[in-house]
Amino acid sequence: MSDWDVIVIGGGHAGCEAAAASARAGARTLLITHKLETIGEMSCNPAIGGLGKGHLVREIDALDGIMGRIADVSGIQFRLLNRSKGPAVRGPRTQSDRKLYREAMQAELAETPNLTLRAAAVEDLIFEEGVCRGVVDARGQSYTAQAVVLTTGTFLKGMIHRGEERIPAGRVDEAPSIGLSDTLYGLNLAMGRLKTGTPARLRKSTIDWESLEQQPADADPVPFSFLTEKIEVPQITCGVSRTTEETHRIIAENIEQSAVYSGAIAGRGPRYCPSIEDKVHRFADRNSHQVFLEPEGLDDDTVYPNGISSSLPEAVQDRFLRTMPGLANVEVIRYGYAIEYDYVDPRELDATLQVRKARGLWLAGQINGTTGYEEAAAQGLIAGLNAARSAQSKDPVILSRSEAYIGVMIDDLITRGVSEPYRMFTSRAEYRLTLRADNADQRLTPKAIDLGFASARRAEAFTAKIADLEAAKALTSRLTLTPPEAKSMGLSVNQDGKRRNVSDLLAYPDIHWAQLAEIWPELADLAPAIIEQIEIDALYAGYLERQQADILAFRRDEAVRIPENFDYTRVGGLSNEAREKLERARPETLGQAARIEGVTPGALTAVLAHVKRAGKEASA
Amino acid sequence: MNTTIYALSTAPGRSGVAIIRVSGDYAGGILVALTGRPTPPARRAVLRTLRSEDGAALDQALVLYFPGPASFTGEDCVEFHIHGGSAVIEAVLEAVDEAGGIPAEPGEFTRRAFENGQLDLTEAEGLADLIDAETEGQRQQALAQLSGSLRTVYEAWREDLIGAMASIEGEIDFPDEDDVPDALSHRAYQPLADLITSMTSHLDDGRRGERTRSGFTIALIGAPNAGKSSLLNRLARRDAAIVTDIPGTTRDIIEVRVVMGGFPVIISDTAGLREAVDAVEAEGVRRALDRAVEADLRIGVADARSREELVDLQGRLQDDDLLVLNKLDLAPEAQSDGAYGLSAKSGDGVEVLERRIEEIVQARLSAREAPALSRARHRRAVESAVQALERCQMNLADAPELAGEDARLAVRSLESLTGRVDVEDILDRVFSQFCIGK
Ligand SMILES: Cc1cc2nc3c(=O)[nH]c(=O)nc-3n(C[C@H](O)[C@H](O)[C@H](O)COP(=O)(O)OP(=O)(O)OC[C@H]3O[C@@H](n4cnc5c(N)ncnc54)[C@H](O)[C@@H]3O)c2cc1C
Ligand SMILES: Nc1nc2c(ncn2[C@@H]2O[C@H](COP(=O)(O)OP(=O)(O)O)[C@@H](O)[C@H]2O)c(=O)[nH]1
Ligand SMILES: [Mg+2]
Repeated sequence: MSDWDVIVIGGGHAGCEAAAASARAGARTLLITHKLETIGEMSCNPAIGGLGKGHLVREIDALDGIMGRIADVSGIQFRLLNRSKGPAVRGPRTQSDRKLYREAMQAELAETPNLTLRAAAVEDLIFEEGVCRGVVDARGQSYTAQAVVLTTGTFLKGMIHRGEERIPAGRVDEAPSIGLSDTLYGLNLAMGRLKTGTPARLRKSTIDWESLEQQPADADPVPFSFLTEKIEVPQITCGVSRTTEETHRIIAENIEQSAVYSGAIAGRGPRYCPSIEDKVHRFADRNSHQVFLEPEGLDDDTVYPNGISSSLPEAVQDRFLRTMPGLANVEVIRYGYAIEYDYVDPRELDATLQVRKARGLWLAGQINGTTGYEEAAAQGLIAGLNAARSAQSKDPVILSRSEAYIGVMIDDLITRGVSEPYRMFTSRAEYRLTLRADNADQRLTPKAIDLGFASARRAEAFTAKIADLEAAKALTSRLTLTPPEAKSMGLSVNQDGKRRNVSDLLAYPDIHWAQLAEIWPELADLAPAIIEQIEIDALYAGYLERQQADILAFRRDEAVRIPENFDYTRVGGLSNEAREKLERARPETLGQAARIEGVTPGALTAVLAHVKRAGKEASA
Repeated sequence: MNTTIYALSTAPGRSGVAIIRVSGDYAGGILVALTGRPTPPARRAVLRTLRSEDGAALDQALVLYFPGPASFTGEDCVEFHIHGGSAVIEAVLEAVDEAGGIPAEPGEFTRRAFENGQLDLTEAEGLADLIDAETEGQRQQALAQLSGSLRTVYEAWREDLIGAMASIEGEIDFPDEDDVPDALSHRAYQPLADLITSMTSHLDDGRRGERTRSGFTIALIGAPNAGKSSLLNRLARRDAAIVTDIPGTTRDIIEVRVVMGGFPVIISDTAGLREAVDAVEAEGVRRALDRAVEADLRIGVADARSREELVDLQGRLQDDDLLVLNKLDLAPEAQSDGAYGLSAKSGDGVEVLERRIEEIVQARLSAREAPALSRARHRRAVESAVQALERCQMNLADAPELAGEDARLAVRSLESLTGRVDVEDILDRVFSQFCIGK
C-alpha cells in the first residue's frame, strides 16, 4: 500500500492545477514543493490570459480547475483583448496582484479536500519494475505513490545569466534542481536547453508617474471563471513609457556584455518574447519600443516594466532604464536576467502527458518546453487528472484538437516537439471559430460532470445555464417574420418569400438584438449571457456548419486508436522509413499518425487495416 | 450523402480499352447523365453512347452498374469501358467531372472498400504500396506538368498566401503590440486581389486545354562512339539515327517514339558527352545534358573496353538509371555490377535490356494518372481557393477571424499545388516583420 495515490512535485502553476485536479478526481494527493510560501508564485510578468492563453484559462475553468477563479479574485487590470473583433478571437486578460494571487492560491489548496502540502526539495524518483512509484527528498525521506507528476518549471539545472554573472538557480534567489535532472537523463529521455528572460523590477515611488500616459482597465471587467459574477478587486491603471534613441544607443554599445549575445547561452529563446537586446539588434530600424509599467500589486511598491527583459550587467541596465520617460530617477529593486534550463522533449510523452519510457510518471508545465502560466496550468490539469485516474485504474481522459485549445497544445507538443519555448496563439487552432472562450463551458463542462470531476456548484450553475439557453433557443426559433413583415418593421432582408426566425435575422450584419427586442418584447427579458450566445451562433452560423463537417471528418481518424504496443513489424507493405517514424513517434490515433511527417497515405491504410483487424479479434 | 469519386482504373496511355470507375451515392446519377438513359440492370454490361453535357457524342462504351453493397467499394459503383485513345479518355473523364464526380484521392477507392468490409487484410496491405505509388505518381505528374514558369507561379501564390495570412493572424493574435499596426489585416487586401487575379487567369489558361505531353521519356547518354545511336536503332528497330564512326555525328537530338510494355515511350539520342570541338557541337552537348536531366529514365552507354567512360557515366547517372556496357563482342570479359552487357551491333543482350525498360515503364506509368484527371483536380483546387479568397477579402474589414478561416480553407485547397502552409510559416513571417513581445 503506498502512502499516496498521487504525488505532485512543484508548486508552480502546473503543479497547483495538477494537485487540485488530482484531489478533485478523488485521489489522495501530496504536493511537495520547495517552500509553501512560494506556492502560486508568478516568476515573471504578473498577468494572466491574453489571446489563446485566455482561452486556455476558460477551458481550465470549464473543467472546474482553479486558475480562472484565482485570477478573478486577484486581477487588478482586466482588459478584454480584441473587444471590437469577433467573439472567436476575444481574449480575456488581467494583470494580477502577485500577492493576492499567491495568497488566494495557497488558501484554495489548503482548503482542497484530499490534498496535503509539504515543503521539501525532491532529489530523486523511486522506480519499481520500471514504473514510477514515489520520490525521495533531500533529507533522504521517501514518499510512495501510485503515480507521480513532475512540474518543476525552470528549475532543472537552471542557470541565471546576467552580464558575466552565472548563478545556478531555478528562479532568482531559489536553488535549482540538479538531482532530478540527472534522474531524467538517467531515464534516457531526449532533453535539451531552452532560455527565457525577465526585466528588472522598479520601485514605484521612484517613477514620475504623473508624466506618463496611462492605460486604464476596462470599465466592465470580464471575468475568467464562468462562476464569477462580478470582479470585486479595485482596478488600476498602468503607465506607458518608451525606449528612446539614447536607450538603444547604450544597449547597442554594450551588447557584447549581454549574456545572450556573448554566446554564453546555448538554449533557444522564443521568437516572440525577445529581450530588449534582441529588439535593438534585430529591429535596428525602430527607434522606440513601448514599455508598459505594470504595478505588481495594489499595495506593492514593485513595478514590472513589460517589454525590456535583459541580461545586460546591472550597471548597463541602470543606465538604459534612466533614459526612458518617467524613469530618470528610477531605483531598481531587482535586476533583469536570462535563465537557461533543461526541458524534456515532449515527444517522449503520450497524450495524457505520461512519460512513455517511464510509466507512472507525468510531466507538466515548462519542463515540457512550454512557456507561460496558462500553458503550464492547462497541462497540469490534464496530467493531474490522468495520474489520479491511473491510480484509480480508470480510463485516461484526452482532449482532442477539435474540442479544446488544451487538445491543440498537447497534440502539438507530443507530435511535433518544440524548437523554442511553446506558447499558445489562436492561429494554432484550426477550429478556432468553434473553440471560443465564450463557449468553453459548453464544450467541456459536460465532460467534467460526466467524469465526476466537477463540483456540485459548477454542475448546478452549468445545468441552469443550459436550460435557459435551450429555452431561449426554442423561443428564438419560434419567433418569425415574412420578408414583407420584416420590411414594414424597417429590417431589410431579401424579398424571397422565406420566413425568417430571430437567428436568421441576426445573421444579417446590420440587424441587431435591440431592434428585434422592440418587435418581440419577450426577447428583452433574456439574460445578457444568453443573448450573447444566440448572437454568436447566428453570426457564425454558415462557418460553424462547415467547420462541424471538417470536425466530423477529423474525428473519424482520431477515433481510430492505435494500441500502445502496436507491432509495426507485423504490418506488411510499410516502407522502412514509415515504420521507423511510426515506431519512434508511437502515435495514439490514426489522425496523429497522419500528422507525422513522412507517413504516407499507403502506410496509413495498412496501419488502419491492422488496427481494425485487431479490434475485430478483440471483440470476437 | 458521401462524395462520389472517379478514377481511371486502367493505366493511362495504354492502348486498347480503358475503364473509368465511379463510386459513391451519386454514381448512378452520373451514369444517367452520361448515357441519357436509366441505370441498366445490376452487374450487366450494356452498350451505350456517352455524351458530354452539351450533347456531343464521346464514345460507344460498355457500361456496368453495381449497386452497393455488392460492389468493389461496397457503395454504388459504375464502370465505363471505353476506347483507350487518350482524347476519348480525357473527354469522358471531363464529362464525369462535370456530372458531379470528384477525382479520387490516392487510395480512396481502397479505403472505402476496406471501410465497407470489402477487402481483407492482405489485400489492403498489398494496396498500401499501390497507394504510395499513386501518390508519388501524381506528384511526379504534377511536376512534369509544371513547366518552369508554372512552378514559379505556384511558389508566388504560396508566398502571397503566407503574407496575407501573416497580416490577418498578426492582427488577431497580437492586438496589444505597439509594433503591430491597427487594422494590419487590411494590408492583405491587395495581395489577395492579386492572388485572385492570378488564379483566375490561370484557370482560363487551363481551360484552353494545353494537352500535356504524355509518354515516358528516356535519354541515352555516353561518350561519342560508345554506340548510343546503334542502340537506339536496335530499340526502335528502324534507322532513326545516323550511325557512323566519326565521333560527334549525332549533333542534335533525335527522338523516336516507340511502344514498350504497352506504353508510348520517347527515346532521345543525344550528342556524345565530351569536350566539344566546335560551337554547334557544344550546343548539342548542352542540350543533351538538359534533356538527360528532364527525362524519366537515363540509359548510360559505355564502350565495354573503356574503364574511363564507365566511371564518367556512373557519376552522371541517378539512382534508378540503367547502365549499358556496349560492344561486348569486342571485350567479352568486361563486366560491371548491375550493368547490362550487350552488343548493339549483333543485338546480343539487347532483349534483356528491353525487358528491364518495359518493367520500369510499366511500374512508373501505371502509377500516373491521366492528364485530364490531374487537370480536373487542379482546376477544382484553384476554383475553390478563389471562392474562399473572395470571401476572405470581403471579411477583412469587419471580421478578421472569418477572413482567417477563409484563408485557411484556400490554403487547404491549394496544398496539392503549393505544398503545405504550416502555422509556423505564418508565425515566422509575423515575427520577422514585427517586433513582438512584451
Ligand atoms: C525568469 C523567467 C522569465 C519568464 N518569462 C516569461 C515570459 O516573459 N512570458 C511567459 O509567458 N512566461 C514566462 N516565464 C514562464 C512562466 O513563468 C512559466 O512558464 C510558468 O511559471 C511555468 O510554470 P510551472 O508550473 O511549469 O513552473 P514554475 O512556475 O517554475 O514552478 C516550479 C515549481 O516547482 C518547484 N520545484 C522545482 N524543483 C523542485 C524540487 N526538486 N523539489 C520540490 N519543488 C521543486 C519550485 O519551487 C516551483 O514552485 C518565465 C519564467 C522565468 C523563470
Ligand atoms: N563491334 C561493335 N561496334 C559497335 C557496337 N555498337 C556500335 N558500334 C560501332 O561504333 C561506332 C559508333 O557507333 P554510334 O552508334 O554512332 O555511336 P554514338 O556516337 O554513341 O552514337 C559505329 O561504327 C558502330 O557501328 C557494338 O556493339 N559492337
Ligand atoms: Mg551517335
